[in-house]
Amino acid sequence: MRPRLDDAPRPGEGAAPAFGHLLAPGVDVSHGPILYLDGVSVSFDGFRALNGLSLTLDDGELRCVIGPNGAGKTTMMDVITGRTRPDAGRVFLGQTIDLTRLSESQIAQAGIGRKFQRPTVFETMTVFENLELALAADRRVRASLRGALDSEQLGRVEAVLDLVNLREAVGRIAGTLSHGQKQWLEIAMLLAQQPRVLLLDEPVAGMTDAETDATAELLARLEGRHTVVVVEHDMDFVARIARTVTVLCEGSVLAEGAMEVVRADPRVIEVYLGR
Amino acid sequence: MDRGPNVRAIRAVGPGACGATVAIGGGAVLTPPARAVFTPPQWALLAAGFCAVGVLAPLAHALLPADHALRPSSYAVTLAGKFMCYAMLALAMDLIWGYAGILSLGQSLFFALGGYAFGMHLMRGIGREGQYQSDLPDFMVFLDWKALPWHWWNSDSFLWSVFLVIAVPGLLAFAFGVFAFRSRIGGVYFSIITQALTFAAMLLFFRNETGFGGNNGFTDFKTLLGVRIAEPSTKAALLSATAVALFGTFVFARWLVTRKFGRVLQAIRDAESRTRFCGYDTVRYKLAVWTLAAVISGVAGALYVPQVGIINPSEMSPANSIEVAIWTAVGGRGTLIGPIVGAFLVNGAKSWFTQAVPEFWLFFLGGLFVAVTLFLPRGVISLFEHVRGLRPRARPAADAPARPDRLPEGSPPRR
Repeated sequence: MRPRLDDAPRPGEGAAPAFGHLLAPGVDVSHGPILYLDGVSVSFDGFRALNGLSLTLDDGELRCVIGPNGAGKTTMMDVITGRTRPDAGRVFLGQTIDLTRLSESQIAQAGIGRKFQRPTVFETMTVFENLELALAADRRVRASLRGALDSEQLGRVEAVLDLVNLREAVGRIAGTLSHGQKQWLEIAMLLAQQPRVLLLDEPVAGMTDAETDATAELLARLEGRHTVVVVEHDMDFVARIARTVTVLCEGSVLAEGAMEVVRADPRVIEVYLGR
Repeated sequence: MDRGPNVRAIRAVGPGACGATVAIGGGAVLTPPARAVFTPPQWALLAAGFCAVGVLAPLAHALLPADHALRPSSYAVTLAGKFMCYAMLALAMDLIWGYAGILSLGQSLFFALGGYAFGMHLMRGIGREGQYQSDLPDFMVFLDWKALPWHWWNSDSFLWSVFLVIAVPGLLAFAFGVFAFRSRIGGVYFSIITQALTFAAMLLFFRNETGFGGNNGFTDFKTLLGVRIAEPSTKAALLSATAVALFGTFVFARWLVTRKFGRVLQAIRDAESRTRFCGYDTVRYKLAVWTLAAVISGVAGALYVPQVGIINPSEMSPANSIEVAIWTAVGGRGTLIGPIVGAFLVNGAKSWFTQAVPEFWLFFLGGLFVAVTLFLPRGVISLFEHVRGLRPRARPAADAPARPDRLPEGSPPRR
């Protein structure tokens, strides 16, 4: 049996308390949206990084988020992944999982994977070991003392390696990979986690044209299997991959829609594109 | 010590030494990497080493006549036992610093706590043989105490003392770790806080009213488990027990780091936030290795005290903790065998220097640390790799694990 990447993820262990309701384990997307931000505000020393941000993502959607520097794109990712706690507002994964109550590791286990702006991989380990650590499995200390991967898990490693074209590099030390390969390795690690939602912060930053093309292709292949959020500065890249674009400005949504519509919006031109 | 005779065996000692793919014909086939704790030649070397220091040397010391040429002297036995205790301490340091990247400057605190916990039992073993012929330890008579303080309860029980040796350092480390790791104290701040904790404990133990003998500490031990502690057979048994502890800890640590646990620790060292976003609760992993290291240090301290014959608060002095870090760095962080070599090397040099030219010892230690940092950042153990690099290597692609650029022997933690 060849395992697929879109196998059902494990039930989120860090799911919110049920408060007496009967909750199905895992991410409940019966109403459509998988990620739901409502009126989220975050301030740092008086500076409002996010200002009543509301955003809804449908399951399986590929969404691009753009905006000028300081618009709150990275802060938004920090809030979703639990690195920053919002001062106000609600953040839900599916209908039931309140992300503001969970720690970073619990959110990751619940099914949200994040790629950093600068590629962050375990540089002293091989590509294989990187993926092995990222592979969806029991994350507890006790489980880490047990034996090696089974064939099903090896199959999943193989599958993600093929998806990002890193099979040849599987035995290399991650620190010796090229910048573009590190970016892919990080994406492959996210995929090995079998997330429902992938947050990619500038996935093509520093890539060559050929690498950018390959990444665009990769993201297109992920559409429908995972919900993907791409934060990107490269407008051409966004235009190539995006169905829906969200423009952030000063911590809230300025415009949302198809790329052509957004590009034509005078407010967007004013704050971002026109300059 | 357990260097394999061939290239492959040496490779397998590295922390992540495992082939990931083997190229067969055209396409690469993913095979589960082999992650043996040791290769058979390494096991053989290990067994030979253990027989030498854990069986033959103690037997020779206990059974041969005093003037026999092959009998290790009492001094040599004590020195070997002492160094092995230091090696355990360095091993513990390597687990937390070399693998998890947490520089603890409090390892000597746990070492001394283990020593004191066992020292209480040894003090009770003196019985009425002390200066004042009292049931109480001499220093208590001197302080005019009439009864044992509460924390000496049951200290005449050997098993209770063994329990304390493990529980006291373990619980203190666990409690401290919960607070430190949950508040995400790391890097140099963690080092400073552990240093401060050790210093505070030293001041506490210096005080007479804490019931640990003040600045004299515990000494003048007479018996252990009913036998005279100065007897050659007792010394031999202690050496043997220390060898069991050291080799056991080494095998256990090696097993730990070949498991996924070891790789998660290295992941925390290299990129902790990435590890968190991979879904690992890094606090638990750090807590586990930190507590384990404290327990290993405590056991080392407990074995140290009966062999050296004294424990006092100066064991907790800041310089001691820093020295442990130096042994580890000199030997080679993240290699397990390196810190053991480092502990023997530096302490061997110390023994020689403090006898021959005591005034130059600290200069030498400082110079050694600077030299190793500059020229051998991966420790003395990396010299083996340098030597190996001079030999021509013909490695057919089909045979070699696909990691030609593998950094040998545990790359240093990136800070």
